[in-house]
Amino acid sequence: MAEVWIPPKLQQLTGGHQQVQVEGTTVRRLVNNLEAMYPGIKEYLIDESEEDLIPGLAVIVDGEVSVLGMLEKVQENSEVHFLPSIAGGAGG
Amino acid sequence: MLDYKPNMVLSNEEFNSVGKSPIRHDGADKVTGRAKYGADTNMAGMLYGKILRSPHAHAVIKSVDASEAEALPGVYAVVTSADWPETSMKLTDLAEGSIHNLGFLSMNILARGKALYKGHPVAAVAAVSPHVAEEAMAKIKVDYEVLKPVLTAEEGMKADAPILHDRLAAVTNPALRPGGLLEDDAESMQTNISNRFEFSLGDVEQGFKDADIIVEKETTTQAVHQGYIEPQAGVAHWQTDGNVTIWSSSQGQFTVRDQTARFLGIPVSRVKAIPMEIGGGFGAKGITYVEPVAALLSRKSGRPVKIQLTRIEVFEGTGPTSGTQIKVKLGATKDGKLIAAEAELIYEAGAFPGSPVTAGIQCMMGQYDIPNAHLKALDVVINRPKAAAYRAPGAPASAFCMETAMDELAEKLGMDPLEFRLMNSGKEGSRRVTGPVNPLVGYIETLQAAKDHQHYNTKLDGKLRGRGVASGFWGNNSGPASAVAVVNSDGTVSLTEGSPDIGGSRVAMAMQFAEVLDIPVEDVKPQVGDTDSIGFTSNTGGSSVTFKTGWACYNAAQSVKQQMVERAAKIWEIPSDDVEYKESVLQHKSDPELKLTFKQIAARMIPTGGPIVGSAGVNPPGPGPSIGVHIVDVGVDVETGKVEILRYTAVQDAGKAIHPAYVEGQIQGGAVQGIGWALNEEYVYNDSGVMLNSSFLDYRMPTSLDLPMIDTVIVEIANPNHPYGVRGVGEVPIVPPMAAISNAIYDAIGVRMVDLPMSPDKVLEALWAKEGK
Repeated sequence: MAEVWIPPKLQQLTGGHQQVQVEGTTVRRLVNNLEAMYPGIKEYLIDESEEDLIPGLAVIVDGEVSVLGMLEKVQENSEVHFLPSIAGGAGG
Repeated sequence: MLDYKPNMVLSNEEFNSVGKSPIRHDGADKVTGRAKYGADTNMAGMLYGKILRSPHAHAVIKSVDASEAEALPGVYAVVTSADWPETSMKLTDLAEGSIHNLGFLSMNILARGKALYKGHPVAAVAAVSPHVAEEAMAKIKVDYEVLKPVLTAEEGMKADAPILHDRLAAVTNPALRPGGLLEDDAESMQTNISNRFEFSLGDVEQGFKDADIIVEKETTTQAVHQGYIEPQAGVAHWQTDGNVTIWSSSQGQFTVRDQTARFLGIPVSRVKAIPMEIGGGFGAKGITYVEPVAALLSRKSGRPVKIQLTRIEVFEGTGPTSGTQIKVKLGATKDGKLIAAEAELIYEAGAFPGSPVTAGIQCMMGQYDIPNAHLKALDVVINRPKAAAYRAPGAPASAFCMETAMDELAEKLGMDPLEFRLMNSGKEGSRRVTGPVNPLVGYIETLQAAKDHQHYNTKLDGKLRGRGVASGFWGNNSGPASAVAVVNSDGTVSLTEGSPDIGGSRVAMAMQFAEVLDIPVEDVKPQVGDTDSIGFTSNTGGSSVTFKTGWACYNAAQSVKQQMVERAAKIWEIPSDDVEYKESVLQHKSDPELKLTFKQIAARMIPTGGPIVGSAGVNPPGPGPSIGVHIVDVGVDVETGKVEILRYTAVQDAGKAIHPAYVEGQIQGGAVQGIGWALNEEYVYNDSGVMLNSSFLDYRMPTSLDLPMIDTVIVEIANPNHPYGVRGVGEVPIVPPMAAISNAIYDAIGVRMVDLPMSPDKVLEALWAKEGK
C-alpha cells in the first residue's frame, strides 16, 4: 500500500496519524479510499468536480511534483504528499 | 564526516550544440533597436489609455462621476468598475493550469467598492493623445471616504486593525494558498490574515531537548521591486467581429489571453495574444495589469487602445515582492549535526491574498537534512500593492533568516560554515522538512565546489573586511509547453515555440532542437508564437523554460528526424528500419553508397510526400531542484556605514548548461539583484501609505559601478528527467546574496545585520549600538 503523508492540520481527521497506508493505483483511487477511511478528508484535497485537485494544491509522488494530478499512477510502495503548489518568478 | 560519495561534478558528456555559447538569433534586432517591445505597436486610429489611480491607501469609493471627462473633446471612452464584469472570488484554475483567485486579480486591475492602496486603479480613459487622456482624468470626480491604512503585517494582525476585506475567508485548508471571500450572507471574520499553514516532521520538541547548541534569529525584509527596464505596455483591438487582438509584453501570452477573456466574459478563442519582446519581467509580468483594461476601453471606443505605464505607476501600481518578518530556531549537536528546526514566516501579501510565503516556507530549509522540524506561515493583507512574483518568489527572505542563523550556529560550533552545511546537506533519498524525499540533487557537489574554490581559500587581508557564505534552494517548476518545427527547402528549420524569451531562451531552444538532428544551430530559426499559432505553453517563470519547452523542442526534432528517415526510405525504396540518421546524414545501414544529407532531403521533401513538420506538446515532470552557494568579500566604511562588495563568487548546479554564457548571465543577474536587495533597495512609505521613492533616482538599484565582476562556477549534476540533464537556473542565484553579505558584514565588524536593506544608516546604527553609543 502507498504511504500518504497527512498535512498537519488534517491530522485531526486521521486520529492524529501523520502517515497512513492507503490502497490505490492512482491518486484518484487513493483519495477515494482515504475518504472511505477518514470521511470528510476529500473535500480538502479535490474540487467539487472530483476530477481535479483543489487549485493551489500539488500532489508529490515519490519526491516529484505530479503533472497529472488525480491521474498520476501510484506504486505499491509509493510515498504521497499533498503540498501547496509554488508559483515561479523568472530569471530575466 | 561526510558519509556520501559525490556525483560527477562538471559533467563532460560531449554534444555538438548543447554546451556551446552561440550568438542569439534575436541579438542583432536587440542591439540595433529593431526589436519590438510592448509599447512599439502603433495602429491607424489608435487611442491612448490612461489609468486614474487612488490617491489614498485605504478608502471607500462612494461614487465616480465621469461625465465631464466623457464630454471632453478627444475622449472616446471612460471605464470604471461599473463597466467591468464582476469575476467570481473562488480560487480557480484557468482552463490550462494557471492558478489565481481571478476575483481578487480583477479587483486589483480595477477597484470595486474600495481602493486598497495608493495607486489602485479606479477608472481608465481612452483619448486621442496621452495629454488629452490625462486632462480627462483630472475631470473625473471620485468621492472617497478615507480610511486608516494598514501598512505592515504587524499592524494588520492586531485585534483592532482596520479590516481591508469585510468578508475575507481566512483559509482553513492547510494546503491552500490565497484565500477567497465568504458568501454575502456569511458572518464576517474581521481578519487580515488570509492564509495560515504549517509543516511538521519528526518530534521537534525532543529534537531541541537533544540539542547541545541552539540559535534563534529574527529577521525583517522590506518590499522590493523587480526593477525591470520596460514598464508594462500593450495594445488591444476589439474588432467589429467580436474578436480581440492584443500585442503586449508579458511572461505568458496565454495568461494574457486567458485572463482577458475571463475578466471580460468572452471565450478564450475570441482573444489572440501576440507576444512582443519583453524588457525584463522577473516574475512581475506573469499576471495582467494593462491588457484587460485596454481591451475594455477598445470595446467601448471601437478603436485600438494602447496603455503604457509610467515608472511611477510601475512602482505604485504593480506588484513588488512581499515584506516579511521571519523567526527561526535551530538546534544542533556539538559535533555539528542539525537535529531540530522551528520557524514562523509572516509575509505581507499587499492588498489581496497570495504572498509567496508558500514557496518561502518550502524553500527555507530545502537543501538540508533535518529530522525534526515545525514550520508555520501566515499570509497577511495590507494597504500596499498586491505582491507579485519576483525571481524565486518568497525564497530570498526565508533564506536570509535561515542562512544567517546557520552562520551563527557554525561559529558557535567552531566549524567552517561550508563544512557545517556539507555535514547537514540533503542528498538523493534524504527527506526535506516539508516531507518529500529528494530526487537526484547536486547540493553536496555545489557546496564542495564552493569550498574548493580559490576565492574561498584565499586569505582576506585588510581591516574592516569580511567574508561570508550562504546557500539557497529553489524547487524549479515545469508545465505544459509546445513547439512546432517546419523544415524549409534550403535545409533550415523554422521553429515556433510558446515561451516568451526573457533570458535568451530562443537560442537555447534552437540548440536543443539542433542537437537532435546534428544540424548547425544557425540553421534553426526560433520564434515565439502567438496564441493562435502554437499550443498552450505556461508562463515563462519558475525557471521552467529551458526544461519544459526544451523538452518540446527535443520531441519536435525527434519527429522531424523520423520523417526524414521515412523520406530517405521512400527514395531508396527500402524499409525505414534500414535507414539510420547520423551527423545530419541519412544512410543505408548496409549500403554505404546510399547517403543523403539533411539538406538534400529537405530539398526533395515536396515530391517525396509534402512538407515536413514536427510538433510536440508536453507537460514533463521532474524539473529537479537547484542550489546556489555564494561567497562574498565586503569592506565596511565605519565612518559612513557603506558596504562595498570587493569580490563575489556564485556556484550553482545547472544540471546541464545548454548555453553556458547565458547560464552565467542568469547567475550574475540574480546575484546582482540580490546584492541590491541586501544593501539598498526598499519601498519607503509615509504614514498615509504613500510611497516616497517611486523613481529609479530614489529607489537605488546597483549599477555596474557599484560591483566587481561576479565570478561564476557552473556545477553540472545532470537531471535524469531531461534528455540533456537540464535544471532551471534563473531563480536560485537571487536566494543566497542577502545572507552571504550579512555574514560577511559580521565577519568584518562583528555586527549581525538582521534587517534589510543593510543600508549605511542601519550599519552605522548597529555599529553604534555595539559600541554603546
